[in-house]
Amino acid sequence: MTSKTSTTLRILAGLAALVLVAAPLAMPTYYVSVATQILIFAVLAMSVDVLAGFTGRTPLCHGAIFGTSTYVVLYTATVMHMPLPLAMLLGVLAATVLALVFGLLAVRTSGVYFLLLTLALGLIVWGICLRWTEVTGGENGLRGQLRAGLMLSTRELYVAVAVVVALVTFAMWRFVHSPFGLTLRGIRDGESRMASLGYNVPLHLTIAFTASGFFAGIAGALYAVFNDFVSPSTVQLSQSVAGLLMAIVGGVGTLFGAFVGSFIIIALEQAVSSVTERWLMVLGLTFIVIMIFAPEGVIGKARLLMAGRGQSKTKP
Amino acid sequence: MRAVAEPILKLTDVTVQFGALKAVDKVSMSLNAGERRAVIGPNGAGKTTLFNAITGTIPPTSGRVVFDGVDMSRMSPQGRAHLGVARTFQITNLFGRMSVIENMRLAVRGLSPTKFSFFGTDDLTEAQADDVRRALLSSRLDGREHVVVKEMSYGEQRQLEVAMALVGTPRLLLLDEPAAGLSPAERTFLADIIRALPRELTVVLIEHDMDLALGLVDYVTVMQNGVVIVESDPSSIRTNPLVQEVYLGKPHAVVVPGEGNADA
Repeated sequence: MTSKTSTTLRILAGLAALVLVAAPLAMPTYYVSVATQILIFAVLAMSVDVLAGFTGRTPLCHGAIFGTSTYVVLYTATVMHMPLPLAMLLGVLAATVLALVFGLLAVRTSGVYFLLLTLALGLIVWGICLRWTEVTGGENGLRGQLRAGLMLSTRELYVAVAVVVALVTFAMWRFVHSPFGLTLRGIRDGESRMASLGYNVPLHLTIAFTASGFFAGIAGALYAVFNDFVSPSTVQLSQSVAGLLMAIVGGVGTLFGAFVGSFIIIALEQAVSSVTERWLMVLGLTFIVIMIFAPEGVIGKARLLMAGRGQSKTKP
Repeated sequence: MRAVAEPILKLTDVTVQFGALKAVDKVSMSLNAGERRAVIGPNGAGKTTLFNAITGTIPPTSGRVVFDGVDMSRMSPQGRAHLGVARTFQITNLFGRMSVIENMRLAVRGLSPTKFSFFGTDDLTEAQADDVRRALLSSRLDGREHVVVKEMSYGEQRQLEVAMALVGTPRLLLLDEPAAGLSPAERTFLADIIRALPRELTVVLIEHDMDLALGLVDYVTVMQNGVVIVESDPSSIRTNPLVQEVYLGKPHAVVVPGEGNADA
């Protein structure tokens, strides 16, 4: 009976998601644009969640990985005049390689040390983007004509992004539920046991970090097309923090919570920014409220409440 | 009792040093395939540290650990696991948020390339599923597959410790106080599980409970302050005056050997 209700629940959730994704199409273009941004940042937040939620290592460099992809896409497409698909491929590749290097440096640490090391690595990327003016344009950044080249309307772009995000989400869902995903959760809960069972913990963490960077790179490449502009603010620390906050607000270790977190933070930012300039203060307060009332995030809290109602459920 | 065959595990002058403290001091020991060995001694004797040196959790500062002809003194824990060395932990070291079957999946995939399936389903192969079933049966946890570990009794968690070490057909099993913290009834139950293990499996057992340990093994090594002081068969261990002195306390002083967990 439980499996039957959970199947019904899943179908309902899927339908609700479909309606939610389709809803912006009926709204003014401004909202379509915001919705596109929400989907792109949800992928960034999911890539953070792969590490924070499934390996137990919280990274603060994913904004830099994401932004590196954005930079590479805009540079190769605009300055080097490469075709967009190739540019996007190179952007994702650059993010993946960067993540591999970061991973090799960071995976032997954990906890606060991991957080600080990844923060420092992200800052290096930011410094390079700021100083290497002849390539990155320094403070002025890089502006492109990618959207104009695609000849897509705001709505069409939204649909295209939604399709890519759906595919990426499915891939990430398979990833965290694969044998490898279970290995990551094992490492999160007991590293010494995993080693004595024959697992090479640093190797698995490096792979996870690289995969997470690959997904962040996809988000960054989509962002290049969506935004048509990149500057050091795209790779700066606050971007990494935003990705992490979205994952936390939605619920670390839930994967899909990233969509909720991305929605809450971006929608709130849009709403608050039109009223006051004190957006960061509101963000801080939101974060505190979430930490007090739902430290396991919105989806995490919802799951707990549901599990409380049906005590017999054993699935984590 | 001691056969002349090539030993499966041979320790030569194994020393583990933490700063000025020699937790394990030039321990030499040799085990034949299929042997059951107990390592006993008071708290702080260096028993768990010796295990850590054998499994690679803390590699020995000096000395050699040779397993089935392979010098693994400097190998990583996972490298030693691949040679067939399995262990349980004194302080329960399980994946508490996962179910029994998920713990077993991690255990059975540890030595298999299927752990590198990135997008596949979480199901086990048929051979792996058989292996898991057999291990759960030997540790009498069959039928408990879908229980979340932290919701099981402590006794069952200790059984799972053993079950996880049994998959992947290990050749050397190191049991670090498998019965620690169990009730007398649970201890007997766990002793039966250990006694029923396949005879070709070499087992080293750390145990505080002398009655339990002596009833399970062929040979006993007694440690104190990082040094092996006595090696003998179980029947003569109780009457050995040295053992009585260090393990049970000197005759004139009433010293109760501790049950604590603070093994250095």
